[in-house]
Amino acid sequence: MTQVTMTVNGKAVSGTVEGRTLLAEFLREGLRMTGTHIGCDTSQCGACVVHVNGNAIKSCTALALDLDGASVVTIEGMANPDGSLSVIQQAFQDHHGLQCGFCTPGMVMSAAALLKENPKPTEAEVRAYLEGNICRCTGYHNIVKAIMAASGQDVSAIAAE
Amino acid sequence: MYNFEFAKPATIAEAVEALAGEEAQALGGGQTLLPTMKQRLAAPATLVSLNAIPEMIGVCVNEAGEVCIGGATPHATVAREAQAQYPALAALASHIGDPAVRNRGTIGGSLANNDPSACYPAAALGSGAVIKTNTRDIPADDYFQGMFETALDEGEIITEVRFPVPQKANYQKFVQPASRFALVGVFVAKYADGVRVAVTGASSDGVFRWHEAEAALSADFSKAAIEGLAAPTGAMISDLHGSGDYRAHLVKVMTGRAVAAAS
Repeated sequence: MTQVTMTVNGKAVSGTVEGRTLLAEFLREGLRMTGTHIGCDTSQCGACVVHVNGNAIKSCTALALDLDGASVVTIEGMANPDGSLSVIQQAFQDHHGLQCGFCTPGMVMSAAALLKENPKPTEAEVRAYLEGNICRCTGYHNIVKAIMAASGQDVSAIAAE
Repeated sequence: MYNFEFAKPATIAEAVEALAGEEAQALGGGQTLLPTMKQRLAAPATLVSLNAIPEMIGVCVNEAGEVCIGGATPHATVAREAQAQYPALAALASHIGDPAVRNRGTIGGSLANNDPSACYPAAALGSGAVIKTNTRDIPADDYFQGMFETALDEGEIITEVRFPVPQKANYQKFVQPASRFALVGVFVAKYADGVRVAVTGASSDGVFRWHEAEAALSADFSKAAIEGLAAPTGAMISDLHGSGDYRAHLVKVMTGRAVAAAS
Protein backbone atom coordinates (compact mmCIF):
# COMPACT_ATOMS: atom_id res chain seq x y z
CA MET A 1 0.00 0.00 0.00
CA THR A 2 1.26 3.44 -0.94
CA GLN A 3 0.25 6.93 0.03
CA VAL A 4 -1.39 9.01 -2.70
CA THR A 5 -2.13 12.72 -2.49
CA MET A 6 -4.15 14.82 -4.89
CA THR A 7 -6.43 17.81 -5.03
CA VAL A 8 -10.07 16.88 -5.53
CA ASN A 9 -12.55 19.68 -6.16
CA GLY A 10 -10.09 22.15 -4.68
CA LYS A 11 -9.41 20.23 -1.47
CA ALA A 12 -6.18 18.39 -0.68
CA VAL A 13 -6.93 14.72 -0.08
CA SER A 14 -4.80 11.68 0.55
CA GLY A 15 -5.24 7.98 1.09
CA THR A 16 -3.50 4.65 0.97
CA VAL A 17 -3.94 2.63 -2.20
CA GLU A 18 -2.63 -0.45 -3.97
CA GLY A 19 -0.81 -0.21 -7.27
CA ARG A 20 -3.90 -1.46 -9.07
CA THR A 21 -6.33 1.00 -7.45
CA LEU A 22 -8.10 2.93 -10.20
CA LEU A 23 -8.84 6.62 -9.87
CA ALA A 24 -12.57 5.79 -9.96
CA GLU A 25 -12.12 3.35 -7.07
CA PHE A 26 -10.07 5.83 -5.05
CA LEU A 27 -12.77 8.47 -5.50
CA ARG A 28 -15.68 6.17 -4.72
CA GLU A 29 -14.27 3.84 -2.08
CA GLY A 30 -11.35 5.82 -0.69
CA LEU A 31 -13.00 9.23 -0.57
CA ARG A 32 -16.64 8.04 -0.52
CA MET A 33 -17.42 10.38 -3.41
CA THR A 34 -19.88 8.18 -5.26
CA GLY A 35 -21.00 10.74 -7.84
CA THR A 36 -18.45 9.32 -10.28
CA HIS A 37 -20.09 6.19 -11.64
CA ILE A 38 -18.51 2.98 -12.91
CA GLY A 39 -20.63 1.63 -15.73
CA CYS A 40 -18.75 -0.66 -18.08
CA ASP A 41 -15.32 -0.59 -16.38
CA THR A 42 -13.79 -0.97 -19.84
CA SER A 43 -13.53 2.73 -20.85
CA GLN A 44 -16.42 2.46 -23.30
CA CYS A 45 -19.33 4.14 -21.51
CA GLY A 46 -17.98 7.36 -20.02
CA ALA A 47 -20.02 7.31 -16.77
CA CYS A 48 -16.70 7.71 -14.90
CA VAL A 49 -15.44 10.82 -16.73
CA VAL A 50 -13.70 13.33 -14.45
CA HIS A 51 -11.31 16.17 -15.16
CA VAL A 52 -7.62 15.68 -14.37
CA ASN A 53 -5.46 18.78 -14.63
CA GLY A 54 -8.22 20.32 -16.74
CA ASN A 55 -8.68 17.42 -19.17
CA ALA A 56 -11.58 14.95 -19.28
CA ILE A 57 -10.44 11.37 -18.75
CA LYS A 58 -12.08 8.04 -17.94
CA SER A 59 -11.30 7.45 -14.28
CA CYS A 60 -11.88 3.69 -14.62
CA THR A 61 -8.87 3.52 -16.91
CA ALA A 62 -6.30 5.49 -14.93
CA LEU A 63 -4.37 4.45 -11.86
CA ALA A 64 -4.68 6.55 -8.72
CA LEU A 65 -0.91 6.36 -8.14
CA ASP A 66 -0.21 7.54 -11.69
CA LEU A 67 -2.17 10.70 -10.82
CA ASP A 68 -0.38 11.44 -7.56
CA GLY A 69 -0.25 15.23 -7.21
CA ALA A 70 -2.91 15.84 -9.85
CA SER A 71 -5.83 18.23 -9.61
CA VAL A 72 -9.11 16.35 -10.08
CA VAL A 73 -12.61 17.74 -10.56
CA THR A 74 -15.59 15.40 -10.20
CA ILE A 75 -19.32 15.87 -10.53
CA GLU A 76 -19.38 16.80 -6.83
CA GLY A 77 -17.31 19.86 -7.73
CA MET A 78 -19.60 21.11 -10.48
CA ALA A 79 -22.30 22.92 -8.47
CA ASN A 80 -21.95 26.62 -7.73
CA PRO A 81 -20.34 27.56 -4.38
CA ASP A 82 -23.78 28.29 -2.89
CA GLY A 83 -24.92 24.77 -3.74
CA SER A 84 -27.15 25.74 -6.65
CA LEU A 85 -26.79 23.82 -9.88
CA SER A 86 -24.23 24.98 -12.42
CA VAL A 87 -25.43 26.22 -15.79
CA ILE A 88 -24.81 22.82 -17.40
CA GLN A 89 -26.50 20.88 -14.60
CA GLN A 90 -29.49 23.24 -14.65
CA ALA A 91 -29.78 22.83 -18.41
CA PHE A 92 -29.87 19.04 -18.03
CA GLN A 93 -32.75 19.50 -15.59
CA ASP A 94 -34.59 22.11 -17.69
CA HIS A 95 -34.36 20.08 -20.90
CA HIS A 96 -34.88 16.67 -19.33
CA GLY A 97 -31.39 15.56 -20.35
CA LEU A 98 -31.57 12.45 -18.18
CA GLN A 99 -33.89 9.64 -17.34
CA CYS A 100 -32.30 7.05 -15.03
CA GLY A 101 -29.38 9.37 -14.35
CA PHE A 102 -26.63 6.77 -14.34
CA CYS A 103 -24.66 8.28 -17.23
CA THR A 104 -25.35 11.85 -16.13
CA PRO A 105 -22.18 12.55 -14.10
CA GLY A 106 -20.03 11.58 -17.07
CA MET A 107 -22.27 13.46 -19.50
CA VAL A 108 -22.01 16.65 -17.43
CA MET A 109 -18.23 16.34 -17.09
CA SER A 110 -17.80 15.74 -20.82
CA ALA A 111 -20.14 18.63 -21.59
CA ALA A 112 -18.09 20.93 -19.35
CA ALA A 113 -14.89 19.84 -21.10
CA LEU A 114 -16.45 20.45 -24.50
CA LEU A 115 -17.76 23.92 -23.65
CA LYS A 116 -14.38 24.90 -22.22
CA GLU A 117 -12.63 24.23 -25.55
CA ASN A 118 -15.57 25.08 -27.81
CA PRO A 119 -17.99 27.55 -26.15
CA LYS A 120 -20.55 27.54 -29.01
CA PRO A 121 -20.53 24.04 -30.49
CA THR A 122 -22.82 22.99 -33.30
CA GLU A 123 -25.19 20.10 -32.73
CA ALA A 124 -22.90 17.88 -34.82
CA GLU A 125 -19.92 18.88 -32.70
CA VAL A 126 -21.80 18.06 -29.49
CA ARG A 127 -22.78 14.65 -30.82
CA ALA A 128 -19.23 13.94 -31.99
CA TYR A 129 -17.77 14.96 -28.62
CA LEU A 130 -20.12 12.63 -26.77
CA GLU A 131 -19.03 9.55 -28.72
CA GLY A 132 -17.35 8.18 -25.61
CA ASN A 133 -20.39 8.71 -23.37
CA ILE A 134 -23.16 6.17 -23.66
CA CYS A 135 -26.73 6.75 -22.48
CA ARG A 136 -29.22 3.89 -22.80
CA CYS A 137 -32.32 5.94 -21.85
CA THR A 138 -32.62 9.21 -23.69
CA GLY A 139 -31.50 8.58 -27.24
CA TYR A 140 -29.20 11.56 -26.59
CA HIS A 141 -31.64 14.07 -28.01
CA ASN A 142 -32.31 16.00 -24.82
CA ILE A 143 -28.71 15.67 -23.66
CA VAL A 144 -27.53 17.38 -26.84
CA LYS A 145 -30.27 19.96 -26.44
CA ALA A 146 -29.27 20.65 -22.82
CA ILE A 147 -25.62 21.15 -23.79
CA MET A 148 -26.59 23.47 -26.64
CA ALA A 149 -28.78 25.43 -24.21
CA ALA A 150 -25.99 25.57 -21.62
CA SER A 151 -23.77 27.15 -24.27
CA GLY A 152 -26.28 29.99 -24.51
CA GLN A 153 -27.63 29.02 -27.91
CA ASP A 154 -31.28 29.06 -28.90
CA VAL A 155 -32.59 25.50 -28.83
CA SER A 156 -36.22 26.23 -29.67
CA ALA A 157 -35.59 24.79 -33.15
CA ILE A 158 -34.34 21.54 -31.62
CA ALA A 159 -37.83 20.48 -30.59
CA ALA A 160 -38.34 17.06 -29.09
CA GLU A 161 -39.07 14.71 -31.96
CA MET B 1 -6.69 -7.05 -12.16
CA TYR B 2 -3.83 -8.60 -10.23
CA ASN B 3 -1.84 -6.23 -8.09
CA PHE B 4 1.65 -5.01 -9.00
CA GLU B 5 4.41 -2.74 -7.82
CA PHE B 6 4.11 0.75 -9.29
CA ALA B 7 7.02 2.94 -10.32
CA LYS B 8 6.85 6.47 -11.68
CA PRO B 9 10.32 7.54 -12.77
CA ALA B 10 11.12 11.15 -13.66
CA THR B 11 13.82 10.48 -16.28
CA ILE B 12 14.36 8.05 -19.15
CA ALA B 13 17.42 6.63 -17.38
CA GLU B 14 15.38 5.84 -14.26
CA ALA B 15 12.65 4.28 -16.38
CA VAL B 16 15.15 2.02 -18.16
CA GLU B 17 16.51 0.94 -14.79
CA ALA B 18 13.02 0.20 -13.44
CA LEU B 19 12.12 -1.78 -16.57
CA ALA B 20 15.17 -4.01 -16.12
CA GLY B 21 13.40 -5.71 -13.21
CA GLU B 22 11.71 -9.09 -13.45
CA GLU B 23 8.37 -8.96 -15.34
CA ALA B 24 8.35 -5.19 -15.50
CA GLN B 25 6.11 -3.52 -18.06
CA ALA B 26 6.03 0.07 -19.33
CA LEU B 27 2.75 1.97 -18.92
CA GLY B 28 1.84 4.73 -21.37
CA GLY B 29 -1.64 6.16 -21.13
CA GLY B 30 -2.98 2.74 -20.22
CA GLN B 31 -5.98 2.91 -22.52
CA THR B 32 -5.20 -0.56 -23.85
CA LEU B 33 -2.95 -2.01 -21.15
CA LEU B 34 -5.25 -1.37 -18.17
CA PRO B 35 -8.31 -3.01 -19.82
CA THR B 36 -6.01 -5.91 -20.80
CA MET B 37 -4.84 -6.24 -17.20
CA LYS B 38 -8.43 -6.13 -15.94
CA GLN B 39 -9.12 -9.15 -18.13
CA ARG B 40 -6.00 -10.79 -16.65
CA LEU B 41 -4.51 -11.11 -20.12
CA ALA B 42 -1.48 -9.29 -18.75
CA ALA B 43 -0.18 -9.43 -15.20
CA PRO B 44 3.14 -7.59 -14.84
CA ALA B 45 4.95 -7.69 -11.50
CA THR B 46 5.92 -4.05 -11.86
CA LEU B 47 4.28 -1.31 -13.87
CA VAL B 48 6.58 1.55 -14.85
CA SER B 49 4.64 4.71 -15.71
CA LEU B 50 6.20 6.84 -18.45
CA ASN B 51 3.79 9.69 -17.75
CA ALA B 52 6.00 11.85 -15.56
CA ILE B 53 9.09 12.12 -17.76
CA PRO B 54 9.10 15.71 -19.07
CA GLU B 55 11.65 14.98 -21.84
CA MET B 56 9.18 12.47 -23.36
CA ILE B 57 6.19 14.81 -23.61
CA GLY B 58 5.53 17.42 -26.27
CA VAL B 59 5.58 18.27 -29.96
CA CYS B 60 8.38 20.21 -31.66
CA VAL B 61 10.07 20.71 -35.02
CA ASN B 62 13.76 19.82 -35.34
CA GLU B 63 16.47 21.38 -37.51
CA ALA B 64 15.62 19.02 -40.39
CA GLY B 65 12.03 20.27 -40.34
CA GLU B 66 10.69 16.98 -38.98
CA VAL B 67 7.82 16.95 -36.48
CA CYS B 68 9.16 15.31 -33.31
CA ILE B 69 6.69 13.91 -30.84
CA GLY B 70 7.70 12.72 -27.40
CA GLY B 71 6.78 9.09 -26.78
CA ALA B 72 4.51 9.92 -23.82
CA THR B 73 2.58 12.66 -25.64
CA PRO B 74 -1.21 12.16 -25.53
CA HIS B 75 -3.21 12.07 -28.77
CA ALA B 76 -5.08 15.28 -27.83
CA THR B 77 -1.78 17.17 -27.55
CA VAL B 78 -0.66 15.91 -30.96
CA ALA B 79 -4.03 16.92 -32.42
CA ARG B 80 -3.52 20.46 -31.11
CA GLU B 81 0.20 21.02 -31.44
CA ALA B 82 1.00 19.25 -34.73
CA GLN B 83 -1.85 20.97 -36.57
CA ALA B 84 0.26 23.78 -38.03
CA GLN B 85 3.18 21.62 -39.22
CA TYR B 86 1.50 18.33 -40.14
CA PRO B 87 -2.29 18.68 -40.38
CA ALA B 88 -2.91 15.12 -41.65
CA LEU B 89 -1.13 13.70 -38.60
CA ALA B 90 -3.07 16.03 -36.27
CA ALA B 91 -6.34 14.99 -37.92
CA LEU B 92 -5.51 11.32 -37.44
CA ALA B 93 -4.72 11.92 -33.75
CA SER B 94 -7.98 13.84 -33.29
CA HIS B 95 -10.06 10.82 -34.35
CA ILE B 96 -8.51 8.08 -32.21
CA GLY B 97 -10.97 6.64 -29.68
CA ASP B 98 -13.00 9.40 -28.03
CA PRO B 99 -12.07 12.73 -26.38
CA ALA B 100 -11.39 11.27 -22.91
CA VAL B 101 -9.28 8.47 -24.37
CA ARG B 102 -7.31 11.00 -26.44
CA ASN B 103 -6.42 12.92 -23.30
CA ARG B 104 -4.74 9.84 -21.86
CA GLY B 105 -3.55 7.52 -24.63
CA THR B 106 -0.05 8.17 -25.98
CA ILE B 107 1.72 7.81 -29.32
CA GLY B 108 4.46 5.65 -27.81
CA GLY B 109 1.90 3.36 -26.22
CA SER B 110 0.06 2.94 -29.50
CA LEU B 111 3.20 2.19 -31.49
CA ALA B 112 4.64 -0.16 -28.86
CA ASN B 113 1.38 -2.12 -28.78
CA ASN B 114 1.07 -2.19 -32.60
CA ASP B 115 -2.57 -3.20 -32.63
CA PRO B 116 -3.38 -4.32 -36.19
CA SER B 117 -6.30 -1.86 -36.27
CA ALA B 118 -4.66 1.14 -34.59
CA CYS B 119 -4.29 4.46 -36.42
CA TYR B 120 -0.79 5.64 -35.44
CA PRO B 121 1.06 2.73 -37.10
CA ALA B 122 -0.40 3.87 -40.44
CA ALA B 123 0.87 7.41 -39.88
CA ALA B 124 4.33 6.25 -38.82
CA LEU B 125 4.75 3.78 -41.71
CA GLY B 126 3.04 6.09 -44.22
CA SER B 127 5.35 8.95 -43.27
CA GLY B 128 8.54 6.88 -43.12
CA ALA B 129 8.89 8.06 -39.53
CA VAL B 130 11.78 7.18 -37.28
CA ILE B 131 10.99 5.57 -33.95
CA LYS B 132 13.61 6.78 -31.51
CA THR B 133 14.19 4.66 -28.40
CA ASN B 134 16.48 4.90 -25.41
CA THR B 135 19.09 2.92 -27.37
CA ARG B 136 18.64 3.55 -31.12
CA ASP B 137 16.71 5.00 -34.05
CA ILE B 138 14.43 2.50 -35.82
CA PRO B 139 13.03 3.34 -39.30
CA ALA B 140 9.30 2.61 -39.49
CA ASP B 141 9.98 0.17 -42.36
CA ASP B 142 11.95 -2.01 -39.91
CA TYR B 143 9.86 -1.34 -36.83
CA PHE B 144 6.50 -3.03 -37.55
CA GLN B 145 6.94 -6.81 -37.57
CA GLY B 146 3.40 -8.21 -37.55
CA MET B 147 0.30 -8.12 -35.36
CA PHE B 148 1.33 -6.80 -31.90
CA GLU B 149 4.98 -7.41 -32.90
CA THR B 150 7.62 -4.70 -33.14
CA ALA B 151 11.39 -4.35 -33.30
CA LEU B 152 11.45 -3.21 -29.66
CA ASP B 153 13.58 -5.27 -27.30
CA GLU B 154 12.57 -6.13 -23.76
CA GLY B 155 12.61 -2.96 -21.67
CA GLU B 156 13.23 -0.65 -24.66
CA ILE B 157 11.27 2.62 -24.53
CA ILE B 158 9.97 4.76 -27.40
CA THR B 159 11.25 8.17 -26.38
CA GLU B 160 10.33 10.11 -29.54
CA VAL B 161 8.83 9.66 -32.99
CA ARG B 162 10.16 11.82 -35.84
CA PHE B 163 7.89 12.45 -38.82
CA PRO B 164 9.26 13.92 -42.07
CA VAL B 165 6.58 16.35 -43.26
CA PRO B 166 5.14 15.47 -46.69
CA GLN B 167 3.99 17.87 -49.41
CA LYS B 168 0.48 16.45 -49.13
CA ALA B 169 -1.09 13.78 -46.95
CA ASN B 170 -4.39 12.43 -45.72
CA TYR B 171 -5.70 9.62 -43.55
CA GLN B 172 -9.03 7.96 -44.23
CA LYS B 173 -10.50 5.70 -41.59
CA PHE B 174 -13.46 3.42 -42.13
CA VAL B 175 -14.56 3.19 -38.51
CA GLN B 176 -15.66 -0.02 -36.87
CA PRO B 177 -18.50 1.69 -35.01
CA ALA B 178 -18.43 -0.30 -31.78
CA SER B 179 -14.70 -0.03 -31.08
CA ARG B 180 -13.87 3.11 -33.10
CA PHE B 181 -10.74 1.36 -34.30
CA ALA B 182 -10.15 1.28 -38.04
CA LEU B 183 -11.94 -1.49 -39.88
CA VAL B 184 -9.63 -0.21 -42.58
CA GLY B 185 -7.50 2.92 -42.41
CA VAL B 186 -5.25 4.24 -45.18
CA PHE B 187 -2.58 6.91 -44.76
CA VAL B 188 -1.32 8.45 -48.01
CA ALA B 189 1.66 10.82 -48.01
CA LYS B 190 3.27 12.49 -51.02
CA TYR B 191 6.96 13.32 -50.63
CA ALA B 192 9.37 14.84 -53.15
CA ASP B 193 10.88 11.39 -53.73
CA GLY B 194 7.61 9.46 -54.01
CA VAL B 195 4.32 8.51 -52.45
CA ARG B 196 3.84 6.22 -49.46
CA VAL B 197 0.60 4.34 -48.78
CA ALA B 198 0.21 2.59 -45.41
CA VAL B 199 -2.78 0.43 -44.54
CA THR B 200 -4.03 -0.47 -41.06
CA GLY B 201 -6.97 -2.60 -39.92
CA ALA B 202 -6.95 -4.86 -42.97
CA SER B 203 -4.16 -7.40 -42.58
CA SER B 204 -3.51 -10.01 -39.92
CA ASP B 205 0.16 -9.11 -40.41
CA GLY B 206 -0.62 -5.63 -39.07
CA VAL B 207 0.10 -2.36 -40.82
CA PHE B 208 1.58 -2.70 -44.34
CA ARG B 209 2.58 -0.61 -47.36
CA TRP B 210 0.56 -1.03 -50.54
CA HIS B 211 3.48 -0.89 -52.97
CA GLU B 212 1.44 -1.12 -56.22
CA ALA B 213 -0.55 1.95 -55.22
CA GLU B 214 2.64 3.77 -54.20
CA ALA B 215 4.15 3.18 -57.65
CA ALA B 216 1.01 4.29 -59.46
CA LEU B 217 0.56 7.39 -57.28
CA SER B 218 4.23 8.36 -57.51
CA ALA B 219 3.78 8.53 -61.30
CA ASP B 220 0.40 10.27 -61.14
CA PHE B 221 -0.97 11.53 -57.83
CA SER B 222 -4.66 11.22 -58.65
CA LYS B 223 -7.53 8.97 -57.73
CA ALA B 224 -7.68 7.81 -61.35
CA ALA B 225 -4.14 6.41 -61.09
CA ILE B 226 -5.22 3.56 -58.81
CA GLU B 227 -8.56 2.77 -60.43
CA GLY B 228 -7.06 0.04 -62.64
CA LEU B 229 -5.23 -1.65 -59.75
CA ALA B 230 -6.41 -4.91 -58.23
CA ALA B 231 -7.18 -4.64 -54.52
CA PRO B 232 -4.23 -5.76 -52.39
CA THR B 233 -3.99 -9.44 -51.57
CA GLY B 234 -2.44 -11.03 -48.53
CA ALA B 235 -3.52 -12.19 -45.11
CA MET B 236 -6.61 -10.00 -44.87
CA ILE B 237 -8.51 -10.12 -41.56
CA SER B 238 -11.88 -11.85 -41.85
CA ASP B 239 -14.28 -11.49 -38.94
CA LEU B 240 -17.92 -10.74 -38.19
CA HIS B 241 -17.33 -7.07 -39.05
CA GLY B 242 -16.16 -7.76 -42.58
CA SER B 243 -14.67 -10.46 -44.79
CA GLY B 244 -11.14 -10.34 -46.14
CA ASP B 245 -12.43 -9.50 -49.61
CA TYR B 246 -14.50 -6.66 -48.18
CA ARG B 247 -11.50 -5.25 -46.35
CA ALA B 248 -9.33 -5.54 -49.47
CA HIS B 249 -11.97 -3.65 -51.41
CA LEU B 250 -12.12 -1.00 -48.70
CA VAL B 251 -8.34 -0.50 -48.91
CA LYS B 252 -8.71 0.65 -52.50
CA VAL B 253 -11.74 2.81 -51.75
CA MET B 254 -10.09 4.50 -48.76
CA THR B 255 -6.84 5.02 -50.69
CA GLY B 256 -8.80 6.81 -53.41
CA ARG B 257 -10.55 8.98 -50.86
CA ALA B 258 -7.26 9.82 -49.14
CA VAL B 259 -5.67 10.86 -52.45
CA ALA B 260 -8.69 13.00 -53.31
CA ALA B 261 -8.65 14.67 -49.88
CA ALA B 262 -4.87 15.06 -49.54
CA SER B 263 -3.72 18.58 -48.83
